[in-house]
Amino acid sequence: MQISMTVNGDEITRAVEPRVLLVHFIRDELRLTGTHWGCDTSNCGTCVVLMDGVPVKSCTVLAAMADGHAITTVEGLATGATLDPVQQGFMEEHGLQCGFCTPGMMLTARALLDRNPHPDDTEIREAISGQICRCTGYATIVRSVKWAADHPVVAEDAEEEVPA
Amino acid sequence: MTITETHAPNPAAGDADRPIGYGRIQRKEDPRFVRGKGHYVDDIVLPGMLHGAILRSPVAHARLVSIDTTRALAHPGVVAVITGKDLLGLKLAWAPTLSADVQAVLVTDKVRFQGQEVAFVIAEDRYAARDALELIDVDYDVLTPVIDARRALDPGAPVIRDEIEGRTDNHIFDWEAGNAAETDAVFATADVIVKQEIVYPRSHPAPMETCGAVADFEPIEGALTLYETSQAPHAHRTLFAIVSGIPEHKIRIVSPDIGGGFGNKVGIYPGYILAVVGSIVTGRPVKWVEDRSENLMSTSFARDYIMQGEIAATKDGKILAVRTNVLADHGAFNATAQPTKYPAGFFHIFTGSYDIQAAHCKVTGVYTNKAPGGVAYACSFRVTEAVLLIERLVDMLAHKLEVDPAELRLKNLIKPEQFPYKNKTGWEYDSGDYERALRLSMEIAGYDDLRREQKEKRARGELMGIGVSFFTETVGAGPRKHMDIVGLGMADGAELRIHPTGKAVVRISVQSQGQGHETTFAQIVAEEIGIPPEDIDVVHGDTDQTPFGLGTYGSRSTPVSGAAVALVARKVREKAKFIAAAMLETRPEDLEWEKGRWFVKGDPSVGKTIAEIAMGAHGTVALPEGIDGNLDAEVTYDPPNLTFPFGAYICVVDVDPGTGHVKVRRFIAVDDCGTRINPMIIEGQVHGGLTDGVGMALMQFIGFDEAGNNLGGSFMDYLIPTAMEVPNWETGFTVTPSPHHPIGAKGVGESATVGSPPAILNAVVDALSPLGVTHMDIPCTPARVWAAMQGRATPPI
Repeated sequence: MQISMTVNGDEITRAVEPRVLLVHFIRDELRLTGTHWGCDTSNCGTCVVLMDGVPVKSCTVLAAMADGHAITTVEGLATGATLDPVQQGFMEEHGLQCGFCTPGMMLTARALLDRNPHPDDTEIREAISGQICRCTGYATIVRSVKWAADHPVVAEDAEEEVPA
Repeated sequence: MTITETHAPNPAAGDADRPIGYGRIQRKEDPRFVRGKGHYVDDIVLPGMLHGAILRSPVAHARLVSIDTTRALAHPGVVAVITGKDLLGLKLAWAPTLSADVQAVLVTDKVRFQGQEVAFVIAEDRYAARDALELIDVDYDVLTPVIDARRALDPGAPVIRDEIEGRTDNHIFDWEAGNAAETDAVFATADVIVKQEIVYPRSHPAPMETCGAVADFEPIEGALTLYETSQAPHAHRTLFAIVSGIPEHKIRIVSPDIGGGFGNKVGIYPGYILAVVGSIVTGRPVKWVEDRSENLMSTSFARDYIMQGEIAATKDGKILAVRTNVLADHGAFNATAQPTKYPAGFFHIFTGSYDIQAAHCKVTGVYTNKAPGGVAYACSFRVTEAVLLIERLVDMLAHKLEVDPAELRLKNLIKPEQFPYKNKTGWEYDSGDYERALRLSMEIAGYDDLRREQKEKRARGELMGIGVSFFTETVGAGPRKHMDIVGLGMADGAELRIHPTGKAVVRISVQSQGQGHETTFAQIVAEEIGIPPEDIDVVHGDTDQTPFGLGTYGSRSTPVSGAAVALVARKVREKAKFIAAAMLETRPEDLEWEKGRWFVKGDPSVGKTIAEIAMGAHGTVALPEGIDGNLDAEVTYDPPNLTFPFGAYICVVDVDPGTGHVKVRRFIAVDDCGTRINPMIIEGQVHGGLTDGVGMALMQFIGFDEAGNNLGGSFMDYLIPTAMEVPNWETGFTVTPSPHHPIGAKGVGESATVGSPPAILNAVVDALSPLGVTHMDIPCTPARVWAAMQGRATPPI
């Protein structure tokens, strides 16, 4: 079947098998490998992408269900060389270690901040509670999201700052 | 978060305010990860690449009667189907394990655990490969399985490994440490003895990225490139050479970005071997990536120790001796990964952090119809099990003696002046100041106030618990005189090159799975050479690009590889002195070092920076005899001893009296890992380990039913802590450098996983003690806590 959607702002149209999962479509067909796969059962959230701005687990969404929708993956978070504050926050506050859950965590954080620019710790924890991180113990992810909330605009090329 | 500095600024301590080297800096690997540009095994696509999928046994113990692959082969997109019979022809049906046993790559005679590999389908895409699995017809003759390790040695128990000639039972090994007679003699005269069976149930490391491989065999050169999720690429290369017969110089192992390891990615799994066989058979690259159920059911479980523990003390609370008999469930193949001479890993550090007169342990390993593995999951080679045993026994002793568990520990901790401390099972602890760490954790916790609060709550019928644990780790394996893995000494190499413009590349033999090696090791070089970390690239994970070494596990990267990196940098620095002397037309002994620069003693304005020296080395400076024209060096580091990080943990829990639900309200962790290179990364390692501790103490376990069905085969059944189950960690630290390590660092990757489960369990038991509970086994799930509250034995798992 033929499907069309917007991915990170680009219009795309592809022919897919109806059973193809969105996560496989994004990774294998579009070669956007920042979206990861971790469990198949909607428990781990490493495959989270935004569909029309709302976090979804792309292992449990068929590519066909995304037809006509707008998908944002981790590759769509930054604007050119300018990182999203969430991306900067994860670097500032050590919100990642192995990096595998990170794209999903950051997208969920972005969606949270879009609807609630100043979340408290509990709200952040609830927002990411459908996702698993095995490395960080979550506290630094909470701090990272708070950093992003406190720095809604990041200077251009901030990511190029030399580590202090 | 509480970071409490308790030490005077120590030049070796790493938290000093330094312009170069140590300290909190952002990670060099993060910019690619936050952009989704990490490069993991499943991201690799090679031209013409095929996809493999494994058919796994639905039963735990069965004779394989027949396999018919006809329908699968006819399925569109399927290129090949490999069975055990095919592998027999290639002499690859069985592969050696890391424990002198063999493991079936594909079943040839008998299935020995649920989820075991039966056939391998190779197809044009992952969907076709999966489809074809359902088209393979297998006839099993189901046998009675051995599931309970306690029944494995019963007369008449089914013999799991009957393919081994002459084998009539499921016994693998008996192993002892310490002195039984001395220990028994001390027990015979002790005032107080506490006994308890303590079970550390089977769990699984479950990194977010499952295991996988992409094999690319090039037939003309006879060369294999294998991209795989490996914590030990060099050791894997040697083992693949031995297993496959491909000469080692024709094998390149690449372990790219790894999505967490925690021990899961130490071993060589049948899937990796099948990808290689598939590539050889088809002449095309083959990718195999396991799904989550395959990960949880087949690759490297952890723990599964049934420990009979006993502790002896005087009536005024002096601990005298400890002894234990352990039944170790190793699953269907003895595939535990630890130094060869230590079949129970480093479990014999079960004397813990206490000055004890006598100790003895005996460990018996048995086969069961469960997945193989055993030493995995951030356990520091079974120090987790040892610490749970001793810390639970000490708490029970405190309860019996009616003394505060923290006070009892303070009374018995090894004292600073006793280091280096020889324990009764053969370890020499390098350094420690245990009391300081425990007192600091009590101070951060507000221990006395917590006890007061608990008293008030108990009066109201509320179940609040405070748990203490103190742990000593033994990491950084290990000295070649004592340790090897399948004959390979446990050394690590490092190679440092300073380019002519003063930028550097350091190549290391260990592999990061998220620990931040690209940052930490650059910081070590920076500190030693005096150029900034951003001018130093760390290369790792590719056997063609890095020196040989045994890899990352058992918290050994900083203790072993970190030492290699420090020493190679010092070697370069020393070489730089000779070149600088030539450039300055003076004698090397007349030069003095400051960070980044050699200068003439007494005339600091005359000197040469590392960059100038590097350019001179590669340029036309007339070099002294014996000094060649570069600023490079390499070393292989053989550690003289292990390192012994330690810590004091305090956990506060509230148990819901109506449901048995345990809430971890606070957790205070004081860690001492010696010299601290990057405090941010250390804190991250500790946080992650504490979360594992909550998982193991409260949620995570792999259970089996009587038929051998794995009951923890998905994330719906194997519960991992989310952000809702863990508190805001409160951390502190002390610094007691290792005296034998070049920079005094001890390693920290597994400390919290080792130390935290007993603190949480002790807190739960403490909460339940008004109800008469003196012990329960982890995990403290609501149902099991509820059973304990009713005075029932904890349900089996």
